[in-house]
Amino acid sequence: MILLIQQTMIYAIPLMIVALAGIFAERSGVINLALEGIMIFGAFIGVLFVRTMQENQVFTQEQGQILMLLAFLVSSVCGALFSLLLSFSAITLKADQTIGGTALNLLAPAIVLFFINIIAQQNVLMMYTGDAASWFMIKPSTFGYERGHEFGLLGSLFLDKVYLTTYLCLIIFVVLSVILYKTKFGLRLRSCGENPQASDSLGINVYKMRYIGTTISGALAGAGGFTYALTTSNCASTGEVAGYGFLALAVMIFGNWTPLNVALGGILFGLFKCIAATYASLDINGDGVYMLAEIGVSPYVYRLLPYLITLIVLAFTSKKSRVPKAEGIPYDKGQR
Amino acid sequence: MYRVDSKTGKQKFYSTAGFQSIVSALISICIGLIVGMIIVIVVGLTREEISPKGMVEGVKLVFFGLFSTGRVENELTFGFNPANIGNMLFRGIPLIMTGLSVAVAFKTGLFNIGAPGQYLMSTAATLYVALVVPTDTIPAWLVWIFAFAAGIIAGALWGAIPGLLKATLNINEVITCIMTNWIAANLVTWFFDARDYLKNSGESGKIGYVKPTALNGVETAKMGLDKLFPGSQINGGIIIAIIIAILIYILMTKTTFGYMLKACGSNRHAAKYAGINDKVSIVASMAIAGALSGAGAALYYLSGHTEFYWSTYMSLPAEGFNGIPVALLASNHPIGVIFTGVFMSLLNIDGLMLKSLTAYNEFIADIIIAAIVYLSAFSMIIKQLIGRKNKKAGETNVNDETDAEALAAQKAIAEAAAKKTAEVQADAEGGNK
Repeated sequence: MILLIQQTMIYAIPLMIVALAGIFAERSGVINLALEGIMIFGAFIGVLFVRTMQENQVFTQEQGQILMLLAFLVSSVCGALFSLLLSFSAITLKADQTIGGTALNLLAPAIVLFFINIIAQQNVLMMYTGDAASWFMIKPSTFGYERGHEFGLLGSLFLDKVYLTTYLCLIIFVVLSVILYKTKFGLRLRSCGENPQASDSLGINVYKMRYIGTTISGALAGAGGFTYALTTSNCASTGEVAGYGFLALAVMIFGNWTPLNVALGGILFGLFKCIAATYASLDINGDGVYMLAEIGVSPYVYRLLPYLITLIVLAFTSKKSRVPKAEGIPYDKGQR
Repeated sequence: MYRVDSKTGKQKFYSTAGFQSIVSALISICIGLIVGMIIVIVVGLTREEISPKGMVEGVKLVFFGLFSTGRVENELTFGFNPANIGNMLFRGIPLIMTGLSVAVAFKTGLFNIGAPGQYLMSTAATLYVALVVPTDTIPAWLVWIFAFAAGIIAGALWGAIPGLLKATLNINEVITCIMTNWIAANLVTWFFDARDYLKNSGESGKIGYVKPTALNGVETAKMGLDKLFPGSQINGGIIIAIIIAILIYILMTKTTFGYMLKACGSNRHAAKYAGINDKVSIVASMAIAGALSGAGAALYYLSGHTEFYWSTYMSLPAEGFNGIPVALLASNHPIGVIFTGVFMSLLNIDGLMLKSLTAYNEFIADIIIAAIVYLSAFSMIIKQLIGRKNKKAGETNVNDETDAEALAAQKAIAEAAAKKTAEVQADAEGGNK
């Protein structure tokens, strides 16, 4: 059970944070289809940073958490910079946002694979030494306890075999959600996605707000990409994130562009992703029977379930959808 | 320098929208190639393992990879390389077809990002029919036709799903296409995983691949093209692809049905008011788009010797996504797609040459393609710049009327782009009521 919850969180956290990235962009009025691309780019930069630091022996294994936090920061900054490409075409040049996003989705894997091949002479970039678990995972030894130390139920749920990024992302998620809903800035940002003409007439700089929204979105997606690479693919970058950016978009639509619903949606899809990944060794009630493995359903059924359920849920909730009204329409001062 | 020919009264070629599209596409291509060149130079200067000579060779191959004939005494040689040209045409087949698929959807106001899924479903259907139907009782050419038809039908059905969801429930096709892509990837992997008799186990080193259809004697006819381009994989598929492109051009511009689809794409509500069944139109255009992607996969794998890596649940075929740049670069014109599809395939050949002859790798081609798509996002602005330049150069007073016409056409295109997104919003509003 503890394993199931922890695994679900591992899959849900990147989804939630990247879906929040989508909310920030779309609430400011820009469709960010490039989430997938920015995630790929962020993951690459984070892994590259870790690898370079290890290669030059800047950090020891005991300082793994600091290294991870720095990589998290670097990947979010680079994600933000990468997203400027989208902002520039979508906001300044008023180009089609879907095509701009598609371009970034094509560009990110191309550029990432190009450099991975130059650096590592293969299609995957890994850490220089060790693995993600030994460097970055929080274990009893992180707190100075012995191996196999018992924390009790809650302790082992929250402190054993977890990554710090999980909590970091949760905090960021809550803080940014509050900012979006409880501050003047958040209100202004949201107004630009609903009625930019009205916002402009009240003295809000729509272009600036949209740039800020998309940049926050890029930073979150970059960080989400690194979190994904760290927690699910052993801190390796392969030029893809298995459609996570697109799944995050679906979670955002499913969550009706509001953070709380997005969090719930993220956890739901995280659960399904987790079942798909661990169904063979999943022991739900702890009686030693691997129920899902024994039904004899093909693993591919579990793997396609998250996508199929997204489709079905969208079909049922489409009538209640609350799309930001000005989403995807380039803002033109001349049009009132 | 009049825009209208004084004798015939027709608009001169260089001021038509078509001409401007071609020029803006060429500008995008040039900038894309320059971006690729800059990356090659920067990487060459910063990485120790790449010598200045290797860097120069890299730049040469980015531009002239097609004419590379290999390496003689440590120097790159260039010349006419029929194998490269034949392979370029062959690899262009799926790109032309997925490009057509995306273009048709775009023309009808839909963004078909689901081409990879349609491509995969068609691959499975085509390979299954081509490998399972016995060729000793049924002639191979008939099996070929069955397999081709199966591929097209599978693609069309898979494409119709997002169309149906859009038409009946108003769900944005982008998100449903993405979901159906991944569902297709898992379904296809599941399909082949459960059927060992389709897997290629005879040849060593081919683990994970489906048998090529030539093992069952099903191959696309060469139509003499292999004599023209010896040593390449070329076959009659390219001719079929070109014929399909022309048929699509006729369908979209010369028939009532095509007009119906386009009308529905530019304004669904107006089309409905005019008596067009908007729901049928949307489903039909997505099904046609799916059928075209499916035809691409069928032509590619029916060549007889191409092998399909079936464990594809973690990745989607690049041919599907590359249909988007092919269509965008051609401004969604079916005939233009033939040329841009072959061009994209040329870039891929350049990439392969880079990989085999230098320390660089094939992904530079994808970078160039991405740069071109990025530029084509604001090709409208490039077109406007060209238009403005023409206006300055021309003596305008004679042809105010055509000028206004051209401007109106440009404005209409811009509005259509805005409408696509506005439509989603309008639909959502409708849903709220």
